[in-house]
Amino acid sequence: MVKKSVERIYLSIIFLFLYLPIVVLIVLSFNNSKSKVQWGGFTFNWYIKLFSSKSIMEAFGTTIFISLASALIATLLGTLAALGIDAMKKRNQTIMIGATNIPLLNADIVTGISMMLLFVRFTRLGLSTVLIAHITFNIPYVILNVLPKLKQSSRTTYEAALDLGATPFYAFFKIIWPQIRPGVFSGFLMAMTMSLDDFSVTYFTKGAGIHTLSTMIYTEMRKGIRPEMYALSTILFLIALLLLLFMNFRPSVHKEKGDAL
Amino acid sequence: MRNLKRQLLAGPYLLWMAGFILLPVVMILYYAFTTTSGHFTMLNITSISASIHLKSLLLSLKLALVCTIICLVLSYPLAMILNNMKLKRQGFIVFVFILPMWMNFMLRILAWKMLLSNNGVINTLLETLGLPALDILNTPSAVVFCMVYDFLPFMILPIYNAMSRIQKDILEAAKDLGAGNIIIFFKIIVPLTMSGVVSGIIMVFVPALTSFAISDLLGGGKVLLIGNVIEQAFMQEYNWNLGSGLSVVLMIFVIASMALMSSKGEEGGASVW
Amino acid sequence: MKKIKWLQKEFILYSSKIFTFLLIGISISCCLAGCGSKDSENTLIVLNYGKYLEPEVLEKFEEETGIKIEYEEYVTPENMYTKYRAGAIDYDLICTSDYMVEKLIQEGQVLEIDFNNIPLSQNLDQTYFEFSKSFDPENKYAIPYFFGTVGILYNKELVDESKVNSWKILWDKDYSGQIIMADSVRDSFMVALKILGYSLNTTDETELKEAQDLLIQQKPLVYSYLVDEAQDEMIAENAAMAVVYSGEAGYALEFNDKLAFSVPKEGSNMWIDSWFIPKSAKHKEHAEKFLNFLCREDISMMNFDYVYYATPNSKTKESLEQELQENTTIFPPKSILDNCEVLKSLDDASTTKQNILWKEVKAADY
Repeated sequence: MVKKSVERIYLSIIFLFLYLPIVVLIVLSFNNSKSKVQWGGFTFNWYIKLFSSKSIMEAFGTTIFISLASALIATLLGTLAALGIDAMKKRNQTIMIGATNIPLLNADIVTGISMMLLFVRFTRLGLSTVLIAHITFNIPYVILNVLPKLKQSSRTTYEAALDLGATPFYAFFKIIWPQIRPGVFSGFLMAMTMSLDDFSVTYFTKGAGIHTLSTMIYTEMRKGIRPEMYALSTILFLIALLLLLFMNFRPSVHKEKGDAL
Repeated sequence: MRNLKRQLLAGPYLLWMAGFILLPVVMILYYAFTTTSGHFTMLNITSISASIHLKSLLLSLKLALVCTIICLVLSYPLAMILNNMKLKRQGFIVFVFILPMWMNFMLRILAWKMLLSNNGVINTLLETLGLPALDILNTPSAVVFCMVYDFLPFMILPIYNAMSRIQKDILEAAKDLGAGNIIIFFKIIVPLTMSGVVSGIIMVFVPALTSFAISDLLGGGKVLLIGNVIEQAFMQEYNWNLGSGLSVVLMIFVIASMALMSSKGEEGGASVW
Repeated sequence: MKKIKWLQKEFILYSSKIFTFLLIGISISCCLAGCGSKDSENTLIVLNYGKYLEPEVLEKFEEETGIKIEYEEYVTPENMYTKYRAGAIDYDLICTSDYMVEKLIQEGQVLEIDFNNIPLSQNLDQTYFEFSKSFDPENKYAIPYFFGTVGILYNKELVDESKVNSWKILWDKDYSGQIIMADSVRDSFMVALKILGYSLNTTDETELKEAQDLLIQQKPLVYSYLVDEAQDEMIAENAAMAVVYSGEAGYALEFNDKLAFSVPKEGSNMWIDSWFIPKSAKHKEHAEKFLNFLCREDISMMNFDYVYYATPNSKTKESLEQELQENTTIFPPKSILDNCEVLKSLDDASTTKQNILWKEVKAADY
């Protein structure tokens, strides 16, 4: 019994640790004072102002577009790549995985600058360069999520299906896909989260006038952040919360998915 | 034949990798080994031995190590508790730890800064309780604190993942054969979660070693990490050659620590989630 | 046969799922593309400090002229230099600080402004063009935007007011752990050099070394090195004093009346942030149109209200309330300005040397 309560306390402390800053930011979004260090009473004002601020809404749109599109394309490329890598010889696999790890291991700023150096040589910076950069650092997350699932999946069933006359396509969706689907989904989710949270890479690869929420916050950081930013972050956070709660707690039609997520 | 066809699926990625992963690395290497006028030099690499650079590298290594150890110590019992809770949906756990990332990273750090400041919530609370004030803002401790905050999920998730894969039969068999809790822990649980621990260490140590934003925001400008030196070389001093040179050194350190860790674990970084 | 049908169904199901996602993505991208339709002829690419221009001004300009502005922001002048020199974006108009404008002029990166296209520049007080001559000798390249000094923002309840007239108070052990120092090479060295009685533009190695020693000595007393966040820390009363720009002090005073501002007697730095047209400009006429727009009284007023720094626009200043016009924190009086120096661009070797000295301060043990 004592052990149980110790465990409970420990868990609560960790969750407090993880969520305390978020509570602070949510509180700030209702603070009726421009200064972040003074409490000026409760207000919904920033939420109203938020939607009339063109620059913030544009940055929000860009952020959502970049993270969604980059995560999607990365998931597609990454899943295909994982299928290919899985079929390779051991030695080639090691090389491929090694190269895949590079963006994960490099300091963000180095990844960002090296991509900028490359883009500047061949093209102009714009929205597409940010997209390419994000896809690049997203792919590893997808591969590293899908590959272990592929390794766990049984090869023989797939081959048996082919021998029995199934087309590779049919056999893939019938046998392999259900097994790797959790990996693909969690890869997609990871990729999207990483892309959403990225600052360094975006900062160096974006063209003029393009802002994501991160780069906008960065330039405002020193001079004080517009309270509308806290409001928008709160909304974004709550949407994510609802979405993920929904995905996790809806009646278990796709039980496997929830399990491995 | 079948295999070859399947390998082709990696084709698009291979092209992508060549263009956007390997080529940028080549660019960095080019800058690292040349002067501003384009001549070959080793000076950018060897400048790591300059006392300021060496000092910041050592500090980074120290802080990253401390951060990794704290994360490990916090995560292991946590993973065990979570595992014992026998949740129907493990996805919920992952979700709880990833969710904070949907709030912008810099805003979260900013929030910690407010919480930890002299007149912040935490100190006011400690004061009313009659406890001594927590005076860690603008010190390396604050930087480590926030690194732990930021990277903790990357330690918890792989360990939890590895732990949840241990089959209950094994534990029960051990019990039936008369093994005590301590023996079960050291002889079964620890070895079987080793791969998770290794992934966790890599996932925490590497970003902690290369980070610059946290020390920038919470170190009060008094904590100079190698990441800050590199950032300054690129952004403040417009010395890309030096920045690239130091990045290459940092990369070598990262790869070395990876190799060291991977040789200890069976699967290395492949089974992160 | 049945099998194939099933397969088709399955495939359509999955691919339709994927395509819905893709469609969402693409439709959003179309929306965005619609907003920023790339009519590169009719655009103006502007680079400015963060939060240094009222966003509505941009919208108003776009409405009035039909020119689309692509607006970029940066944090420090050195940041700006990196962004500009990277050559990734062809900026049309940049705002930055005095010494950085000078550096770029020296490097031949600045285009002459055709003042015939900016008739409203006569709204600007001639005094500030005189000051600008220290970095733009013939007033050919730069138009002043905001100006100010550097001084000590302090908390009246925590600090002995008789001592804040000297930079030396920043070395006073009584205030250990309560001092916020400037986190930029030039500003910190300025403070140390002024105490020693040297010019803030010195390139003399022994003088700089002396200043560095002083800064290292100070480090144990420093609460933190900050740039613009200092004002918030002071409002929250987390520190007793801070080295800040006058404009920030003016802002902080509005929020906490325990605070006060002083420019020490040893002298200080007067800074002028100015607009210039870089060589990369592809739309010089648009840039000049925008400069003229910024000098307009109502627009300049909007910017003043937003930024709250001293404006060189005399028309705008005259229309302010008397009390605000006489606010010496925001508008430094001539007696103080006369005791100030403007930062000058140093040659590359000196810049590198000073950078290293500063890095050593930052890495020093304390």
